[in-house]
Amino acid sequence: MGHKTVKSSLNPGLYFLQGDEALAEGAIAAGCRFYAGYPITPATEIMERIVQRFSQVQGKFVQMEDELSSIGAVIGGSWTGTKAMTATSGPGFSLMMENLGYAIYTETPCVVADIQRVGPSTGMATRVAAGDIMQAKWGSHGDYQIIALSPWSVQEMYDLTIRAFNLSEQFRVPVIILGDETVGHLRETMEVKGELTVYERDKAPGKPPFDTPEEDGVPPMPSLGDGENVIMTGSTHDGFGFKKTGDGAVNERLVNRLSKKITNHADEIVEVDSHFLSDADAVVIAYGFVARSAFRAVQELRNDGKKVGFLRLKTIWPFPEKAIKEVSSQCKKLLVPEMNLGQVVREVERVACTATIKSLTQIDGTPIFPHKLMRALEELLS
Amino acid sequence: MNKKFYPFIRPERYPHRLCPGCGHGIIQGAVIRALSELELNMKELVLMAGIGCAANVVNMYIKADTVHVHHGRSLAFATGIKVANPKLKILVVSGDGDLASIGGNHLIHAARRNIDLTVLCGNNFVYGTTGGQMAATTPLGSITATTPQGNREPPFDLCSLVVGAGGSYVARCSVAQPKHLITTIKKALVHRGFSFIDILSICPVQFGRRNNLATPGQMIKWLKKNSISKRKADTLPKEKLIDKWVIGEFCAELERTWAGYLPS
Repeated sequence: MGHKTVKSSLNPGLYFLQGDEALAEGAIAAGCRFYAGYPITPATEIMERIVQRFSQVQGKFVQMEDELSSIGAVIGGSWTGTKAMTATSGPGFSLMMENLGYAIYTETPCVVADIQRVGPSTGMATRVAAGDIMQAKWGSHGDYQIIALSPWSVQEMYDLTIRAFNLSEQFRVPVIILGDETVGHLRETMEVKGELTVYERDKAPGKPPFDTPEEDGVPPMPSLGDGENVIMTGSTHDGFGFKKTGDGAVNERLVNRLSKKITNHADEIVEVDSHFLSDADAVVIAYGFVARSAFRAVQELRNDGKKVGFLRLKTIWPFPEKAIKEVSSQCKKLLVPEMNLGQVVREVERVACTATIKSLTQIDGTPIFPHKLMRALEELLS
Repeated sequence: MNKKFYPFIRPERYPHRLCPGCGHGIIQGAVIRALSELELNMKELVLMAGIGCAANVVNMYIKADTVHVHHGRSLAFATGIKVANPKLKILVVSGDGDLASIGGNHLIHAARRNIDLTVLCGNNFVYGTTGGQMAATTPLGSITATTPQGNREPPFDLCSLVVGAGGSYVARCSVAQPKHLITTIKKALVHRGFSFIDILSICPVQFGRRNNLATPGQMIKWLKKNSISKRKADTLPKEKLIDKWVIGEFCAELERTWAGYLPS
């Protein structure tokens, strides 16, 4: 199995869509045919679009009683051999942390879209924030690695959702789409190409579904009903899923492999987008919707002859350490604007410890606008 | 165990890890006999277990696809599996803590959907795995690790709960009557809607020893003494049924089946 080229589920061409709708279309294009969810602002439109479109592509949908069960049903659905997803926002994402850990430990491919809104708690349900960055990485208990992508446009709500499914199937790990309210509710034009690459699950009957000879490998995954007598459990388990809760060495090996299968393949997973870096005296490192303001600010300052650069993190987890190290080796002034009180900036500080790093935060439920970023960059330059 | 059941189990996993005198072994025996007598296609059977002693009825012992999930979430996972692949037959075996407390909402909604799942609740009136704390099913007055003065909270009547929520086959059995248990499990497995059996079980180690019922024999006698058949209960006034378990079928609307989810 592995990568293969398929025809797009939508006719090729330009579409004027909302970000949440584009995400749903990306899922369907990637082959998602199971969705379980619970309504929540500002992610509900994803579920509504899925329901409309699943009737045309024979997908299976179930509206669950809460987010605990939504992701539970998604994990169950995924194990029948169906690509599966759910979508939510902060409060629902918090409820999903329990079973997210289960999906990581049982190496269940699935996609969770978190369309972020202002928190903590119920916060401001209809306003934008990006406060779930660290929760996506550390929200469930225990040690693990996960993949999280950060779209900045309607186009990327489509493209990165396809990529999320592919990475999820390839690495057998939940992939989080860290959207935000503004990208989710934004309407703009996006292009659908006639063909796309998808990843089909690897199967190898008889082989252990929970271990590999390599220390960073991804095992093949049977489906329930294949006749393989699969045993899966959220307890510490050996390659065939038998509980080994009294054997610390088994857990040591398993948890290390689950981590290394992501970190050792970071180069394959991580994507960044960069402009004007070669001669930059100050660089803005941004992600999500704020990156649009940051790009505008950088363009404006470049027009004025100021040497500023732009680095956008399309992948947040695993953290793009290599790209940030490279930038900080050339440029010692970094600006990290975020719609939270400074989450990614901590990671930047960890990686680029010799640079001067300025954190610009805003949690008033509005996007950070370009003029604010222009001022911050100018201050950093002076 | 009789060798004729070996195709249904993983013999190398025995002896099982339940405590001496645990009633859940009787449930396991009944499940294996029911599967064998029904000649179900084991390839299409998915066994589900949550967290707790009752998970050990199926997890790692019966030879079929087995999904052992977080505490309380077995019905959420089962719903996803069934909706995604309606061909699979799903048998959930879990405990009273799993189904009635932490997973209570999932139980209510799975019953409401009347989704084609068979759910067996190994009800031992206590949190056995964690050392015998009060459960939502602990009888009034019983001593547990968290009710040293006696439980003051009235217990759930799980059958009434599931009937009220919309389950289409609902029954109560007890490990004191294993033949009735096997027959009832078979009926539940054949039904094509939400089927639920509250199976009264015994836990001499965590429940019995604190309540003057330290041996399995004493506990079985206690179950028998306090159980009454549905047929007989229907003829008695309500006050005669206080603190009694009614054994039998509470709902058997076998024509009320789950149609499956057509593509939405």
